[in-house]
Amino acid sequence: MDPILQTEKLCHTYSSGTPFQHDALVDVDFAAYPGEYLGIIGRTGSGKSTLIQHLNGLLKPTSGRVLLNGQDIWSDKAFTRSARFQVGLVFQFPEYQLFAETVYKDIAFGPKNMGLDEGEIDRRVRRAAGFVGLDEALLDKSPFELSGGQKRRAAIAGVIAMEPRVLVLDEPTAGLDPSGSEEILSNIRAYQQEQQATIILVSHSMEEVAQNVDRLVVICDGRLRYSGTPREVFSHGPELEAMGLGVPQMTRVFHRLRGLGLPVDSSVYTVEQARDAVLAALAGKEGR
Amino acid sequence: MSAMLETQNLTFSYTTEEGAAPIVLDGLDLQIEAGSFVAVLGHNGSGKSTLAKHMNAILLPTGGAVYVDGMDTADEARLLDIRRTVGMVFQNPDNQIVANVVEEDVAFAPENMGLPPEEIRERVDLALKLVGMTAFAQHAPHLLSGGQKQRVAIAGVIAIRPRCLVLDEATAMLDPVGRRDVMATIKDLNQRVGVTVVLITHHMDEAAQAGRVVVMSEGKIAADGPPRQIFQQVDLLRSLGLAVPEPVALMWELRRAGLDVPLDVLSDEECVQALEKLLTRGG
Amino acid sequence: MALKDITLGQYFPGDSPVHRLDPRTKLLITILYIVALFLAKGPAAYLVLIAVLGAYIAVSRVRLKALFKGLRPILILIIFTALLNLFYTSGQVLWQWGFLKITVEGLWSALFMVLRIVLLICCTFLLTYTTSPIMLTDGLENLLGPLKKLKLPIHELAMMMSIALRFIPTLIEETDKIMSAQRARGADFDTGNLVQRAKALIPILIPLFISAFRRADELAVSMECRCYHGGEGRTHLRQLRYRAADWMFLCMGLVLCVGVWLLRRLAL
Repeated sequence: MDPILQTEKLCHTYSSGTPFQHDALVDVDFAAYPGEYLGIIGRTGSGKSTLIQHLNGLLKPTSGRVLLNGQDIWSDKAFTRSARFQVGLVFQFPEYQLFAETVYKDIAFGPKNMGLDEGEIDRRVRRAAGFVGLDEALLDKSPFELSGGQKRRAAIAGVIAMEPRVLVLDEPTAGLDPSGSEEILSNIRAYQQEQQATIILVSHSMEEVAQNVDRLVVICDGRLRYSGTPREVFSHGPELEAMGLGVPQMTRVFHRLRGLGLPVDSSVYTVEQARDAVLAALAGKEGR
Repeated sequence: MSAMLETQNLTFSYTTEEGAAPIVLDGLDLQIEAGSFVAVLGHNGSGKSTLAKHMNAILLPTGGAVYVDGMDTADEARLLDIRRTVGMVFQNPDNQIVANVVEEDVAFAPENMGLPPEEIRERVDLALKLVGMTAFAQHAPHLLSGGQKQRVAIAGVIAIRPRCLVLDEATAMLDPVGRRDVMATIKDLNQRVGVTVVLITHHMDEAAQAGRVVVMSEGKIAADGPPRQIFQQVDLLRSLGLAVPEPVALMWELRRAGLDVPLDVLSDEECVQALEKLLTRGG
Repeated sequence: MALKDITLGQYFPGDSPVHRLDPRTKLLITILYIVALFLAKGPAAYLVLIAVLGAYIAVSRVRLKALFKGLRPILILIIFTALLNLFYTSGQVLWQWGFLKITVEGLWSALFMVLRIVLLICCTFLLTYTTSPIMLTDGLENLLGPLKKLKLPIHELAMMMSIALRFIPTLIEETDKIMSAQRARGADFDTGNLVQRAKALIPILIPLFISAFRRADELAVSMECRCYHGGEGRTHLRQLRYRAADWMFLCMGLVLCVGVWLLRRLAL
């Protein structure tokens, strides 16, 4: 399968030619495939925010290319603009960008900029609100009257309403309590499934990434270090620890059990997998 | 041991223009001992932040009373004494830093207290040392990471030399590294300096490091006890919209599968030991 | 991007004799220099002023490049003033084309005008480049201190200034972030006529204002929690003290003023 979104030898240098010059990205080859749920992990300042701002053309590469459906997004002006809409980007703490008098108008901002007609805008606003579980009654309210969690969901709906093929979210659950986080993550999964969209989730919580993504890339110091299934990536435990990232708690525990010589599957990373691994090991013991 | 903080039948509701006043705190009785490390857990809107704001008279009770080291927070004449006893750290570090040089910011409170310059210098240096930010004394705060900024904010409060430190979701906006550094700092302040710590959070792993956990829901106390005991109440925590630490969740699942395992495992170490025992039993 | 490159009012930390001066001294000698600049008349006075500024720059170890970078935004103003003076001063005609004419007097006055602006800007930039904003506000508060007796809110003004300086970088960063987020939803700030462009700013300005109010609110609570209760009884970590070097620089500033005034009287 061809990637829907791809970067080739992507480099980005900030404040080039000044004493503050800083290479944020170095030779990054990154690919996202249609319909997959991809995770990006890295520490603050690792370059992950710079990377995602290249994916929808907010930043222009210092060198290298960004390809959407095989076409360079900087190849012509109209395509650059259409990339904005095909790759939806939700920033960290997106509720701080709400501005319109009503939630409806705020969600409609993106579709309006796309030049859609009123009917289509209306359909998309209602659909997007549905995806994030916002009640129709809330649409006529001011976004500033909503609760913290509702504001976050309204802001995400503002991007979903553009119905992007690729939805990129930077720390969508930051600062939310566990049930609020779980709600947002399930909204995102619903969007992925119904639209067959590609999801790119940027996070620094290993547990959160482990529970949601199909594939995972690790960024450190502006370079792409690992790419693969969570199982593959988490097998590099010590290297990840050295990058200040670590592995999910269950992976850590099972690596240590394995180290004690116990016959358990040490590639687990969620609580459910851990339970199954323990039960399998017990069954194996009885079988002997 | 005497109570550092005490609430008696504390009730609070915001007065709105329509006259409807949703009750945020509903008859809360809580005592926090001097020198203890207490985590207050709760989902968003459980009233935990409102409780925090009563602990140094940012908010005053609409019913009942709050005592800080025996002083009634409603007594306006004691306001400065109360603020000197209980220091407060908030969620967004950016909005707590007043000056554009780290050291100047830490000096802000002692300057307000009218201390002589030599003593201000001494307090600033010690506060920065305690939070491990001495090397950044001359830096501009906006160039620091979130965790570093929050440690500067803590230093700015420590310079008051408060006997109690209240952190109102002070780690919510930080990344894991920043959270870890801030947690290490406040644990150190509690253990080495003896500062009473009240940590408002919704992170289970942080609450697990406290000596006592108070779980709040709908403006009331839903559970109160040592972390080991609180985190065994998986059903209760989940019904309150909270998660449990992963080791406890695993043990819970194994118990449901009919295995006899302990529930009070919080750390990696304890989890490894419990599983090792289970897998080698009778084998 | 461009927002982050603003150098106006920036401070470059350093350890030169100028950096070490008391902020009040630097404020006063900057004022003295500006007075001298306005007293100056004739090439001799300007030569003296250029030499003095050159020496001051050398002592302060501020890079010339940084200084000229600061001049760039007002380049148009400088050229405009020069042309205005060049073409609109009457006197002995050197060159004429239609209604445009250049006079000897025009040439001189254009040159002096440009020098005056450049020197004025450079000396104020030197002040902000070598003095941290907090020292600057401390200095101002102290110099204006006597006005407190007239019930003027000097402490409050100084506090406002230092908080403003503290939050400028934060708000610039936030503006950048909000702009990127709205761009991601297809907002377009670079095309269209004036009305369209002004309207395009709404999605930036509203979140920015709301956030600024929220920040102000939280900052106020946090300041109160840190025992802030106005300027009364407040002490300072840094004590301002005039040292020998300060008196020396102040004397030189006075000598410069008197010297330039004498040159003017002597009509040199």
